[in-house]
Amino acid sequence: MNKDQSVQDMTDTMAKFTSYIGKRLPNDVKDKLAELRTFETNPLAKAVYTSMAENQEAADKLDRPSCQDTGVIQYFIKAGARFPLLGELEEILRHATEGATRMGPLRHNAVETFEEKNTGTNTGTNIPWLDWEIVPDDDGATIDVYMAGGGCTLPGKATVLMPGQGYEGVTDFVFDVITSRGVNACPPLLVGVGVSTSAETAARLSKRAILREVGSSNANENAAKMEKLLEEGLNEVGIGPQGLTGANSVMGVNIESSARHPSTIGVAVSTGCWAHRRGKIRFNADLSYEIISHKGAVL
Amino acid sequence: MTKKILSTPIKDEDLEDLNVGDVVYLTGHLVTCRDVAHRRLIELKQELPVDVRGGAIFHAGPIVRKKEDGKFEMVSIGPTTSMRMEKFERQFIAETGVKLIVGKGGMGPETTAGCKENKAVHAIFPGGCAVLAATLVEEIERAEWQDLGMPETLWVNRVREFGPLIISIDTKGNNLIEQNKAVFNERKTSAIDRIKSQVRFIK
Repeated sequence: MNKDQSVQDMTDTMAKFTSYIGKRLPNDVKDKLAELRTFETNPLAKAVYTSMAENQEAADKLDRPSCQDTGVIQYFIKAGARFPLLGELEEILRHATEGATRMGPLRHNAVETFEEKNTGTNTGTNIPWLDWEIVPDDDGATIDVYMAGGGCTLPGKATVLMPGQGYEGVTDFVFDVITSRGVNACPPLLVGVGVSTSAETAARLSKRAILREVGSSNANENAAKMEKLLEEGLNEVGIGPQGLTGANSVMGVNIESSARHPSTIGVAVSTGCWAHRRGKIRFNADLSYEIISHKGAVL
Repeated sequence: MTKKILSTPIKDEDLEDLNVGDVVYLTGHLVTCRDVAHRRLIELKQELPVDVRGGAIFHAGPIVRKKEDGKFEMVSIGPTTSMRMEKFERQFIAETGVKLIVGKGGMGPETTAGCKENKAVHAIFPGGCAVLAATLVEEIERAEWQDLGMPETLWVNRVREFGPLIISIDTKGNNLIEQNKAVFNERKTSAIDRIKSQVRFIK
């Protein structure tokens, strides 16, 4: 296959995949929502879960974006240093976003800042947003696509704590964000926490945290313990679906971390709404691919 | 239980007996109206191109497809975060005479005051349920201020039994989400204290 053809093929696949994930939730999210639904006794909470289930069924059947806010498109790329289309990926993903926008159809969500004009294509300056990790000695590429909707993006917050505030301060920060601003962000939420050295490193890690599967744990024992404690604690607050009170608040809490400066604790929170639309796809060097997030998906 | 259905034009007496937590449905017209439309009316003093007196607005920015016959098709329409309109809503209610505001999440004390002063209510449609909502839109009758782009255009929808709409601010000054937030803040203190005692990793 010549390079032009390869670029075209991968663009088509990514356009279809980007459109697909706006219509159907990934397996982990779907399973967790089904589980949380069974715990509800509050009539309003039950009514909302019923609407959610009916909505996902209708979106699948009618082949439409399940939520009208199909977000700003973000791609998190983990590319092998020897992936044959490494240099073309940026162009591929830009065109894939345009393709998905027509195909979905997706809502037009790219507004050029300062000019304050909607581009109408979901592409603009540095949008789709690309986040890169290069894997040495690998010739494949794994791409997470995420639809960053407005509602679930609004609670996002980062700060830098002093070491004296410790992980106790991290706890305060997470609870404050979720109980004040998370209520409006379509709970039950998937809460991503970055614990790191500065505001922007923590923010990036907090977003990576919500790309991790619901129910997965951090490899570090203390971090995993804190994930569990925060999840249980937030659930005790009982925010319920749409903030209407209920048996739970969150689908889970995922923490990602890095080493830090001895004088700082960077901490950030990103939230995913119940309609947490993300997908993971793995390409091999020959561009054959496997969809990891949605079992049995056919593009 | 029979469905409680509001029809536009909505009268004050239709709303007086409603309490926060009640579930209603809407038949009639529902006009999308969000950030920039509010700003244009309140800050830029531009007249709203749709008369919503006795009517209903929807904090929503839908996905709309133009069909071959030139008409618009509602693809996906769910509520957006209502709190963004808090800054404008009290004055918006007073100036436009709107009776029902549909959105997502809570709104603040200004909107609550506006609802009490002018007999209006705010209701929550379940967020993210946008295809469900789109199937309850019979027709898009008009589209105004299209220069604002797809999310911000005022889409005039004819709807039938649109809901569930959960009353979150009633005409008596009650605010469901604010009440809930007070409960959340009470509960969080004990949870936080317990967690803190177990995360003293810096020793």
